[in-house]
Amino acid sequence: MLLRHTPKEITERSALVINPAKTCQPIGAMYAALGIHGCLPHSHGSQGCCAYHRSALTKHYKEPINAATSSFTEGASVFGGQANLLQAIENIFTVYEPEVIAVHTTCLSETIGDDIKQIRDKAEKSGVVPNGKHVIFCNTPSYIGSHVTGFSNMVKGMTEVATNTGKKNGKVNVIPGWVEPADMEEIKRLAALMNVPITLFPDTSGVLNGPLSGEFKMFPEGGVTMKELRESGDAIGTLALGEWCSADAARSLDTRCKVPCKVLDMAFGLKATDRFIDALRIIAGTSVPEEINRERGQLVDMISDAHQYFYQKKVALFGDPDQLIAMTEFLVSIDMWPTHLVTGTPGKKFEKRISELTAHLPYEVNVKTGGDMFLLHQWIKNSPVDLLIGNTYGKHIARDEDIPFLRWGFPILDRMGHQYFPTVGYKGGLRLLEKILGLLLDRKDRDDSEIQFELTL
Amino acid sequence: MAIQNKTAQWTPAEVKEEMLRKYPPKVARKRASSILINEALSNTTPEIQANVRTIPGIITMRGCTYAGCKGVIMGPTRDIVNLVHGPIGCSFYAWLTRRNQTDPGETGENYMTYCFSTDMQDSDIIFGGEKKLKAAIQEAYDLFHPKGIAVFATCPVGLIGDDIHAVAKEMKEKFGDCNVFAFSCEGYKGVSQSAGHHIANNQVFKHLVGLNDEKKPGQYKINLLGEYNIGGDGFEIDRILKLCGISNIATFSGNSSYDQFASAHTADLSCVMCHRSINYVADMLETKYGIPWIKVNFIGAEATAKSLRKIGLYFGDQTLIDRIEAVINAEMPAVKAAIADVRPRTEGKTAMLFVGGSRAHHYMELFNELGMKTVSTGYEFGHRDDYEGRHVIPTLKVDADSRNIEEIEVEADPERFAPRKSAEELKSLEEAGFEFKDYKGLIPDMDKGTLVIDDLNQYEAEKLVELIKPDLFCAGIKEKYSIQKLGIPMKQLHSYDYGGPYAGFKGAVNFYKEIDRLVNSKVWGYMKAPWQENPELSATYVWE
Repeated sequence: MLLRHTPKEITERSALVINPAKTCQPIGAMYAALGIHGCLPHSHGSQGCCAYHRSALTKHYKEPINAATSSFTEGASVFGGQANLLQAIENIFTVYEPEVIAVHTTCLSETIGDDIKQIRDKAEKSGVVPNGKHVIFCNTPSYIGSHVTGFSNMVKGMTEVATNTGKKNGKVNVIPGWVEPADMEEIKRLAALMNVPITLFPDTSGVLNGPLSGEFKMFPEGGVTMKELRESGDAIGTLALGEWCSADAARSLDTRCKVPCKVLDMAFGLKATDRFIDALRIIAGTSVPEEINRERGQLVDMISDAHQYFYQKKVALFGDPDQLIAMTEFLVSIDMWPTHLVTGTPGKKFEKRISELTAHLPYEVNVKTGGDMFLLHQWIKNSPVDLLIGNTYGKHIARDEDIPFLRWGFPILDRMGHQYFPTVGYKGGLRLLEKILGLLLDRKDRDDSEIQFELTL
Repeated sequence: MAIQNKTAQWTPAEVKEEMLRKYPPKVARKRASSILINEALSNTTPEIQANVRTIPGIITMRGCTYAGCKGVIMGPTRDIVNLVHGPIGCSFYAWLTRRNQTDPGETGENYMTYCFSTDMQDSDIIFGGEKKLKAAIQEAYDLFHPKGIAVFATCPVGLIGDDIHAVAKEMKEKFGDCNVFAFSCEGYKGVSQSAGHHIANNQVFKHLVGLNDEKKPGQYKINLLGEYNIGGDGFEIDRILKLCGISNIATFSGNSSYDQFASAHTADLSCVMCHRSINYVADMLETKYGIPWIKVNFIGAEATAKSLRKIGLYFGDQTLIDRIEAVINAEMPAVKAAIADVRPRTEGKTAMLFVGGSRAHHYMELFNELGMKTVSTGYEFGHRDDYEGRHVIPTLKVDADSRNIEEIEVEADPERFAPRKSAEELKSLEEAGFEFKDYKGLIPDMDKGTLVIDDLNQYEAEKLVELIKPDLFCAGIKEKYSIQKLGIPMKQLHSYDYGGPYAGFKGAVNFYKEIDRLVNSKVWGYMKAPWQENPELSATYVWE
C-alpha cells in the first residue's frame, strides 16, 4: 500500500496538515501573469520559490514556463529586497525585453515587509522601466489563503491598470478563473458564437498550449494585452467566473472604474454553462445561436443516454472551491452522488454552497474547507466511493483503495490533454462525461464475471 | 528565434561574446568569469567562477537551500517523518517530485508518499510558530510513532526566529523513543541547493550516524555516499555490489533507512558518487571513525567496472578481485551488444550537459561510450573543486554566503575510531597508484576549446543551442520545453524523463537506447508543414 500509515479511525488534528489539498499563493499569481501578452512573471523572494513554481507549472503544461526571481540572499533578507528587485527589473527589460513584468511577493518578502509599490515607483522614476513598458504587481503572502488566493490577487492586480475614460466601449470583461488554456479558448469561442465582444483575462490560450515548430518564442502570441487591460475599465460589465478566483478583480473594476459586475459559478457542467450563456445573452441583448442550442442538446442527450451508469454513483472530490462547487452541481444534475469533498483553500462559503447543492440528497455529505487529503482518504476508508475526482496527487488513494480516478484540477502531472481539450461549456461537459463514463465502464468491464461480461453497454 | 541551417562555424570565443553581448555591463562582467573556454592544460586546470550568487532577474536553473536539504538529501529517507515548518507551498512542492525510489517491503515504514506541513498562517508569522510546531510534532508522533521526525525550516521561520532546534530537543526528550531533530535550511541561505545539502548532511551526521553499533552481517562493507536512487539507480548499483559480494551498509540517501544512517560508521570504506553533495561527510566519517574514502562513478559501464575494481583493490582480497572480474565479464557482453547496435546511429553526435553538481561530469562517460562528444557542460550548483579538482579546496575563499552555512568540527570518536587500514597499508596502496579522497573535477575531461559554464541560465542556454546546434541538450524540467521548441531533443538528467535506471550495467543499456530514441526520433523532422517548406504555388494541382 502506498499510503499504508493512514488509519481508518479519524482523530482531531489542529496543527499538522498531511497531504494538502492546496499550495501557496505565488504559483497562482505566476499562472495568472502568464495570461498577459508579453509578460514575464517575477517572484520577489528566494530563488527556490520561482524554481518550484516553474517546475510545477512546466510539469502540468509540458510547455516552457519562464519567470524570474529576485534571488534573495541572507543579506537581502536582513536589509530588504529593494536592491535585488531594482536590479532584476533592469536585467529583465534589458535581456528578455518583455512588455510587462508582473511581480508577486513570497512569504519571505512579505515577512520582512518589502513595499513593492514603492520599489516599482522607484524603478519607474530611475528609468530602468523603458518607455511604454510596465511593471504590475500584487501581494501574495504564502501564509494566507492558497494558490487560488494568489491567482485572484494577480488578476486583481491586472485591473489596476484599467482606466475609465467615461466612454463605454461595448465590450464585456470575462474573468474565467483558474482554468486551462483550452477552457479559455472555449470561452472565447462561445462568446464569438454569441457575437459578444469580450476581453478575457487572464488568457493563457496561445501561451501555454503552443505548437512545436522549431521556434522558441519567449513571449508567444497569446494573452490579454496591456491595452485591452487598460480598456477593461470602459467595458459595459464584467462576468466573473468563480467567487474565489475572479470576484475580487471584478469588484475592483466596479469600484475603480464603475464597471458593473456579476459573479457566476465557473462554467463547468450543464446548469452553470446555461447561466453563463444566459448572462452573455442578456448583457449583449442578443439571441443564442442555434449552434449553441445544438451543443447543449448534445450534452443533454449524453446525460440521458448514459444516465443508468451515473445514477447514484458515489464520488469523492478534492481541489479548489470554485471548481468543486461547479462540479458538484454537475454531478448532482446527472444523479451522481458527491459524498466527500475537501478543499485546502479557506472560505466558509464553500461548505455552505456544497450543503445547499446537496441538501436534497438522502445522505450526509462530508465537506471540509481547509481540509487535507489525509482526511479525505480516511472518509473514503469509512465510506467507500465509486469515483475519485481531483489532481494527480489523488493517484495514491485511487490505487490503494482501487477507485476509478478522474484527473481534473491542478496539477495534473501524469496525463496529457488538459492543455488541449476544454472541460468548460457544453463541449467541455461532454468531455467530462465521456471521461467519467469511460472510467466507470472500464471498471465494470474489469470487474464483471465472464458470465456477466457484456458486449454492448 | 529559429534554428537556422548551419551557415557559420562559431569559435568558442565568439560564442562567449554572443552570450554576453546583450547583458548590462555589470552582469556581463560577472557572467564572463563563469564561462570558461577550456584550455586543456597539461599540468593544471584553468580557473572558473562557481558557487557565487545568482543574479537577480536572470532566469536561473537553480533552486534554494530548502530544496537541497529537504528535497534532495532527506527526500529519500522513507522511515523518517519529514515535517516542514512553514507555509504550505514548500512542503507541497517537495512532495514526491524527485524520483527517489524506495523499497520498504510489504509492511515496512514508508512516509515518502506523505506530505507533512505546519501550514503556517499569518497569526503564526506574527505571534511565532513554535507552539504550532510542537503540536504538529505531537500529532505526527501520536498518529505514526515513527523512529524519527525531522523538522525543516522555511524562509519565514528564520526571519521570525522560531527556535526549531529547541523544540525538536524538547520533543525528543518528551517522547524518549523518537529521534526528533531539525534543519535550519531557510531558502535564502547560501546561493543554491548546495548549501542545503551541506546543512542536511551535517545534521544527519550529528543526529543519526553512530547510533547503532551492532555488527552488520557480510563482508567488504562499504557506504555509498551521494547516490539518490533516482529512477532506481541505487537498486542497480546494489544488484551489482551484491553479485560481487560487497555489502552496502548505508546509502546516503537513496533507498535509505534510519538504521542505515545509524550504522554507517560500521562500514570499512566510503565510496563517493556525487562529490558535490557529500564529500564532506566522507571526510567526517574518516576523521571520526577512521573510514577511508574513494571517489567512484557508477554512471557508464566502463566507469562502473573501474569503480568496482577500485573497491576490490582497496580490500585487496583476491577472492573479491576475482569475483568482481567475473561479474564484469558476465555483465559486459549485454552492454557491448547494445553499444554495437546503437553506436552507428549516435557516433559523432554532440551533447550539452548542464545539470547538478556531479551529473554533468558523470554522464560524459555514457556519451563517450556512444561515441558522442560533450561540447559544452557545467553545473547548476557545483563549486570550483567540482570543476577543477580537490586541489583547489585550500585556496577557496569563504564568502558571506558560505559563512552562514554551519561547518561542524569533528574529531576522532574515543570509542569508535578505528583506522581501517594501517598507515603502511595506505601508503603502499597509494604508491601503487591508488587514489584516496581524490577527485580531479570535470574540466580535465573536457576537450580544448569546449565551453564550461557555471550556473547556465535560460538566455545563455538558448544562445548556446542557437549557435552550436548540439544534437542533444541535457538539463532539468524547467529547461526542457524551451529547448525542444527549438527542435533540439532535450533529456532531463534530474528526473530522467521518468525513465531509468541509468547507473551500472543495465542502466547503461537503458541510457544507450534512450539516447538513440531521442536523437533519432522522427518528430524532429515534422517542424514544418509541406506548404511552409514550399510556399510557392508553382504548379497546378495534379488530380489522379
